Parts: sequence; structure tokens; C-alpha cells
Amino acid sequence: MTVTKDQSGQEDAYTPSQRRIERERRKRSRARRATAIAALSTLVTGVVLYLVVVNAPGWPRTKETFFNGQYAREAFPKVLEGLWLNVRLLLICGVAVLVLGMLIAIARTLRGPVFFPLRFLAAAYTDFFRGLPLIINLMIVVLGVPALRLQGVTVDPVLLGGTALTLTYSAYVAEVFRAGIESIHPSQRAAARSLGLSNRQALRHVVLPQAVRRQVPPLLNDLVSLQKDTGLVSIGGAIDAVRAADIIVGRSLNYTPYIVAGLVFVALTIPMTRFTDWVTARMDRQRAQGGTT
Amino acid sequence: MSDAPVLRMESVRKTFGDSVVLRDVDLEVAPHTVTALIGASGSGKSTLLRCANLLEEIDDGAIWLDDEEITDPRVDQDAVRRRIGVVFQAYNLFPHMTVLENITLAPRRVHGVARAEAEEHARELLERLGLGGKAGEYPDRLSGGQQQRVAIVRALAVRPRLLLLDEITAALDPELVGEVLAVVRGLKDEGMTMVLATHEMGFARDVADQVCFLDGGVVLERGTAEQVFGDPQQERTQRFLRRIVEAGRL
Repeated sequence: MTVTKDQSGQEDAYTPSQRRIERERRKRSRARRATAIAALSTLVTGVVLYLVVVNAPGWPRTKETFFNGQYAREAFPKVLEGLWLNVRLLLICGVAVLVLGMLIAIARTLRGPVFFPLRFLAAAYTDFFRGLPLIINLMIVVLGVPALRLQGVTVDPVLLGGTALTLTYSAYVAEVFRAGIESIHPSQRAAARSLGLSNRQALRHVVLPQAVRRQVPPLLNDLVSLQKDTGLVSIGGAIDAVRAADIIVGRSLNYTPYIVAGLVFVALTIPMTRFTDWVTARMDRQRAQGGTT
Repeated sequence: MSDAPVLRMESVRKTFGDSVVLRDVDLEVAPHTVTALIGASGSGKSTLLRCANLLEEIDDGAIWLDDEEITDPRVDQDAVRRRIGVVFQAYNLFPHMTVLENITLAPRRVHGVARAEAEEHARELLERLGLGGKAGEYPDRLSGGQQQRVAIVRALAVRPRLLLLDEITAALDPELVGEVLAVVRGLKDEGMTMVLATHEMGFARDVADQVCFLDGGVVLERGTAEQVFGDPQQERTQRFLRRIVEAGRL
């Protein structure tokens, strides 16, 4: 016998019927079967993949070049040291990208003739930097700017690389913010204006808070992407995780350090991706409960 | 204050592309009176209210609020809207703010009222409308009737000169309509000047001092509730009211 409480908190004696017991027994047995099939299928796939790779004609050499334990041990601490640079770049560029992206998005939604140049510039900026391949952007900024030999302008590849990343990513993030702003129903703005709020106040207190909340999942997605693209600053010679691996590869002609660097990036990205999934799922749940909003 | 009308419209014309939504509309709303706009969907009731609040720009004619021409391009529109409260059919509460934040936003940000004072006034109004326990709730936790009453409190919190109510019961379940209409009746007793677009004919007859029947963007017939509902002169008004009666809505 089970004792449950209904909404008013009253205790209610309830014995599951034979029908329910039978139904649940069937559900459990079906679940056990499903688990067993999944385990078997995974095992078979794993074994087949293993055999295909290991029996490939070039496997012994590949194993030596890409999966060498000695080089892996040598590379790991150096790569990790380099990774610290990637993490710092991510944090600083992340903040810069969010701020710049937001400013550009707001500039694009401004009304009124005074703001035409601002609107135009913002639109041109996003069009240009979303279209320009990141690698070319990086080369122009990291290699081109020092070539100008301008007084007082840095030649530090880390700073320049970070600048290039910020330029490209703020264009993406601006579009994410703009989509968020435009997804807020006009009736919300109308309600704010009818209360006497100015256009700016309506944007700040009513539209933006809702837009940002709605755009958290795509924003996190872009940050995950930025996180791995910080590896590209290595093209300017900054010693990040990729460059650290590069140095060892150049000396040893063994590619294992690349594998190590790759895995380290993946390991860094996974928590962020899981966090994104978690936030998205939580927001979906809230929306489902909230109904119309 | 004198008997000068709170709201006056003269020859107002409004078009959306090729369709003329309001043509030559005249309207006068005296202080402490209730004006009901009735008519079929698409007759221009909502547009008239949106024009009065400058949410829509009129094509021709003029609108005065307390003897100030608010359709003058030099007028500060935000200042005009501060004196007019609006309640919408779909409530339009801000979903990311609690009830209390919804209500105190305009008093604090627009009218510069201190937080404590704004919250006290808001709680007072909530209490009066039977929403005393709901200050900390988010709008999506409330029923439609409760949300609409919060929207009314939000409009009242800035002590408006005029309240515009746009089909405020149209989105509500039938059993929730009564609680909202009771609030409007209470406001009338307190002397609030209101213009309401409504499909609730029984309510319009009860509460309105002036009834305007809109048809195709024209005020086809106007008068006291007794005149318009009891002895309509225009054939189209008669037909409209007959349909309402047949539908059991009057």
C-alpha cells in the first residue's frame, strides 16, 4: 500500500491496481532489453572500428607518428602551459566581443535620421567581418599591422591576434543580439512607450533584458567557437597550446603533440558545451511552464 | 478643473496603405465620464485609441488633451503619454519583471518617484484590486484576469488624466471577465475619465455615459447608452445590435 498526498495535503490510501503493476513490469523489462541492445551494439561498433584501424596497412607507422607515448608525455606540460594563453585570450576577447557586439546591435536598431551613419557603419561592419574568413583577418592584422611600422602601435602577436578575433566575433555576436532584439514582440515596446518611457528607456528596461535572456544559448555557442579559435593566434608566433605543439613537431617531426593539443582543446570545450545544453534545456523548461511568453 | 473636455478629436483620418481605418472622426470626452466605443471588429475602435495615445500617427485632423494639441509635431510625445494610461487586450505585461516591478517601472524611471514611495503606492493599488498577495509573482504565474488587473494597476500607478481600455476582456475566459469589469466600474465611481473599446455590450450599457458606434471608420451613431442601445436611429446600428442580441451577448 502506498500513501500519497493530494494537492490539499490530505492523505489518501491508495493501492496500485493489478493492471498498473503489470504495466510497470512490462515497461521495466522493455527498458532492460533496450539497455542490453545498446551495450551490445556499442561493443560491436567499437570492435569493428578498432579492427579496421589496426589492420590498416599504414597503421604501425601512423601509430608511431601520431600516438607516440614518449612525445605525448613531453608535449603535455608545454601544451598545457600554452593553453593558459588561450584561456586568457578567451576571457578578455569574450568580454570585448559581448560589449562590442551589443553596441553594434543597438546601433543597428536605432531609429531616426541622425543615426543613419551609425546604422550604416554597423551594417557594413557586420556584413564585412562575417564574410571575411577569420584566418585572412588574422593574417592581415597580425602580419600586416606590424609591417606598417607605426609609432606606438603594438606588434605583440597576442594583442593583435586578440584584436582580430574580437573584430570577427563581435560581428557574429552583434547579429545574435539583433535577432534577439527583433524577436521581442512590438506590443512590449508599445506597452513601454504607452507608460511614457522614452525609446531608450524602453530598450534598456523592457526590450534588452528579454532579448539577452532569449539569446543566451546561441551566445554561449559562439563563445565555445571563440574558445577553440583562440588557437589561431599561433599563426603570428604567439606561444599558445597549438604553437607549443608546433615547436615540438618542428624539432621531432612527430605529430603526437598536435593530437595532445587537439584533445586538450576538446577537453576545455566539453564543459562549456554541456553548460550551454544545460542552460538551453532549463530555458525551454521555463518557457514550457510559462506558456504564452 | 473646468468642464473642458479631457480628450477632443476633430476630423481625424487614419489610413494603413490603401485602407482608410478612420475617416473624419470627431469625439469629445468630458472629465469624469466614460465613453464606450462599440462596433464590429475592424471598425476602427482600437486604432482610435492608439491614435489618442500617439502610438499611431494620424494622417489628418487634430487631437487635444486638456486643450493642448497633442498632434502638433513640436509636442513632446513622451510627456503626452505620461498623462494617458493604456490597458491592452493582451495585457502586455513585462514577463521578465515581477508584478511590483511592472507597476513601479514607469513611476520610478519616468516620473522620478523614489523606490519606497512607488512600491507603497503600488501595494496600495494591488490591495484595492484584490491582488495583495501577488506583488512578488511573475506575470506567467497569474490567471488572465489577474494579469489584466495588474495591467490596470500599472496604468493607474502614474496617476493618469485619462485611461484608454482596448478590449480588455476580449482575451479572458468568460468566468474571469466579471472581476475585470468590476474594477472598471470601481474606477468610474472614483471619477476616472475613460475611453473603452469593448464587445461587452451589457457592460457598455451599464457603465458608459456616452456610447459611440463605429462602422467602417466612421462614428455612425453616438448618444447616451439609453439612446444608442434603446432607440438606435441608424439602420446599421440596429442591425449590429440585433446580431449581438441574437448571439446572446446583450
